[in-house]
Amino acid sequence: MKLTKTLLATTALTVAAGTAVTAQDMADSMTLVSWGGAYQASQVKAYAEPYLAANPGVTITWDESSAEAVAKLRAMNEAGNVTWDLVDAVASDSMRLCDEGLAMELDHDEVLAAAPDGTSASDDFGDLLVSDCFVPQIVYSTTFGYRTDLLPEGVEPPSSICDVFDLAKYPGKRALQKRPIDNLEWALYCDGVAKDDIYPTLGTDAGVNQALAKLGTIKDQVVWWSAGAETPQLLADGEVFMGSTYNGRLFSAIAEQNQPIAMMWDMQSFDLDGWIVPAGLPADRKARVMDFLKFATDTQRLADQAAYISYGPARDSSASLVGKHADLGIDMAPHMPTDPANAGNVHIYDYEWWADNRDDLNAKFQAWLAQ
Amino acid sequence: MSDTTHTGPVLAADGTPLKRSLRRALRAQKLRALALIAPLLIFVLLTFIAPIADMLFRSVENQIVGRTLPMTVEELRDWDGEGTPADSVYRALYFDLFLAAEGKEHTKLGSRLNYEESGISSMFRTTGRDVDNIGKVYQKAIEKVNPAFGEGAFWYDMMSGGQGAEGNETLLSNQIGRLEGLESKTFKGDIGFVPGAEIYKILPNATRAYTAFAAFTVFMDEDVVAEEDPWEAVYPALLLDLREPATMAALAGYQGPGAQELRDLAAQADTLPPVDLKAALVESNEDWLRTEYWEVIKTYSPPYTTGYFLNAIDMEKTTDGIALRADDERIYGILFKRTMFMSMVITFSCIALGYPVAWIMSNLPARSANLLMILVLLPFWTSLLVRTSAWKIMLQQQGVINDVLVWLGLVADESRLVMINNQFGTIVAMTHILLPFMILPMYSVMQTIPQTYLRAAKSLGANNWTAFWRVYFPQSVPGIGAGSILVFILAIGYYITPEIVGGTTGTFISNRIAYHISTSLNWGLGAALGSILLAVVMVLYYAYDKIVGIDNVKLG
Repeated sequence: MKLTKTLLATTALTVAAGTAVTAQDMADSMTLVSWGGAYQASQVKAYAEPYLAANPGVTITWDESSAEAVAKLRAMNEAGNVTWDLVDAVASDSMRLCDEGLAMELDHDEVLAAAPDGTSASDDFGDLLVSDCFVPQIVYSTTFGYRTDLLPEGVEPPSSICDVFDLAKYPGKRALQKRPIDNLEWALYCDGVAKDDIYPTLGTDAGVNQALAKLGTIKDQVVWWSAGAETPQLLADGEVFMGSTYNGRLFSAIAEQNQPIAMMWDMQSFDLDGWIVPAGLPADRKARVMDFLKFATDTQRLADQAAYISYGPARDSSASLVGKHADLGIDMAPHMPTDPANAGNVHIYDYEWWADNRDDLNAKFQAWLAQ
Repeated sequence: MSDTTHTGPVLAADGTPLKRSLRRALRAQKLRALALIAPLLIFVLLTFIAPIADMLFRSVENQIVGRTLPMTVEELRDWDGEGTPADSVYRALYFDLFLAAEGKEHTKLGSRLNYEESGISSMFRTTGRDVDNIGKVYQKAIEKVNPAFGEGAFWYDMMSGGQGAEGNETLLSNQIGRLEGLESKTFKGDIGFVPGAEIYKILPNATRAYTAFAAFTVFMDEDVVAEEDPWEAVYPALLLDLREPATMAALAGYQGPGAQELRDLAAQADTLPPVDLKAALVESNEDWLRTEYWEVIKTYSPPYTTGYFLNAIDMEKTTDGIALRADDERIYGILFKRTMFMSMVITFSCIALGYPVAWIMSNLPARSANLLMILVLLPFWTSLLVRTSAWKIMLQQQGVINDVLVWLGLVADESRLVMINNQFGTIVAMTHILLPFMILPMYSVMQTIPQTYLRAAKSLGANNWTAFWRVYFPQSVPGIGAGSILVFILAIGYYITPEIVGGTTGTFISNRIAYHISTSLNWGLGAALGSILLAVVMVLYYAYDKIVGIDNVKLG
């Protein structure tokens, strides 16, 4: 075991090169891990800069490794040398990290700030606290955008998720994410399965085949993406007529880059992104991180983030504080996935169900793709 | 003339045999050489070979089941695979799961077993949440009879057998060992508690459960055993012991601490709730009744498994032996074949495109050859991602090539060619990216072939083709060999380019390995796939050595 640890320590050192944090009596530096790009920039502006202003002498190092966070954190943990202090992760990853004992379990009411009106943190976040290790920041959604100028003449714009499957009415390629999650649910929904029956149906072999058969009707018209930036590019180049991606990506293509693209919110798939604290941090670093976490997830800070990116704050109490875009000056509320006008018909993806069935369905999905 | 007749070993000046003295001198030299390369050797060993070996070892390692559920695995050995296991298995499971849940290790096991059968992870997760409550029922009932049973100090006295009582060290070290296995750590030192030998004979379950609690309290919580109230798990354990017919008689003669309380409790045992841990576990999650889940636990209970390797070749382990996976789950065979095939196509395209370039470069005067060399190296110095993305823009349906073809009228606007997100796109992009690895060794070999050979062949009457094929080409084969090995080995491990331009039909096995390492966290399967890939490369290398001969490979 000891040998393994030394070996892995060297591996983890290579993995985490440059992010090593030396522990001091009271940690005045921390390493935050996020996704890079516009999203991380919004966190720097809304959370980190005000925190640093209030706590001079603290330094924050950013690491853009969230996409590989689960694997890296596991390697660091096995090596006994966790160099990260706070990690941004999507909800399903946070559950996996919690299951693996890699993330610390938190008492949300104790470590998080209450809402301004005194509502406890656990009530303020409500159902979004999907795991004991997870502190949600934003609600984002995977939804569709389409090219307004490629719409066939005299046809009304697509307004239902099932228009994705309607090649006769809306010819052209579609971009879908190269994973079973969301796609199988949408396929079943458009094959006439009631929303409440989607997961029970998907739990059977017949249900999986039904979903894949429905997807099969558009398979040769699908471009499969694996990075969120691909769909906006495919749409901008006119490679696809419509495609799914994260709503913030579409917002930036539409509002910031003025592309002829429009949103279609029907059956948008809600997902969460938030923080986890790695398990087993030394006391001084943990104290610093908890202090930051409490600050960065309070009502005002979450609402501030929405000024930089079109993702909805995870707290109920933040919704009313969402203002205008910092640069464009447009009202952000109508661009939020959580806005009532957009959230008429949403798909709530079942984390627990997918945690159980992901491995199996992924094998089936990949085999289906390869055929 | 004595030295001419001397038949013994040749002696050095100092009288030792020359052979030995020579060997000593050489050894010193060798050691010095070794010391010089030692830093590099240690560096490579520690940062490269050892981590890879460790990773490959994961493809067979499977100790987590036996370490998390040691008693269950033991009890399960006698199960015939029909229906549900015996009650004793569930009982063992409860105590195993309780300790695992305290250490938060049960969910790890759940996700491990979930790779084999969907749904196991939530079974462990939900039941892990409920194990505390299962014991609480009995705790409340027992405390109602006698509140003393709720006190930590009382339990400590009773379980240690009081001051100076004979202790059972074996039980203690067994329980510490169980905790060590669970946490993959070593624990040393006195825990301030030794289970009493006498009480263990009378109340085996309760003493064992309490000892596990004591070890956990000291090593994991870093508290003092005597000051802590025991876990909920000791109460059902105590009741199980008291229900044994022999316990009553054994208690009658017992004089240690808590003897009277135990006798009183035993007398009222019938009024206490029956201990049915199976029912309690099933109530928490009825999947504990599912035969196929138990089969998975049993199949994967040995510390080492071939399961990952079987999964990697589209097979699976069942209780009836090894079977092929269902049709719609077979993927790795396709991917391995595709990876091999496409890597070969890429290697051959590189040869076809690279050979003329290398030939021209080696025949041009130095100045123009250098210019060409820069043209070869320029893409080599450009980021891999940039080159791959550039191909995307070139090849896509609204891309440069299609636009030109449409503009020339060669292709109708509605039927633009599909050249990306398929095998074609992957082959084009990877051939381009790997081309320098083919050209450079070819060039350096061709440079050493004297021009005069070709001229000599021609002056002896060979035509252009014969001169090339019979004289020049055989001498350039070592360059082709070196380039092909480089390109092929790089190609089968390629990951980012197929991911970006490969679509569904152009992805490689490495994309799946990456998925298992970073997304599904099934490192065992990832390691098995990687080991197979490594083995295939070695076999091909061996075949190459047999057919072409590795001495024929030259990098210059």
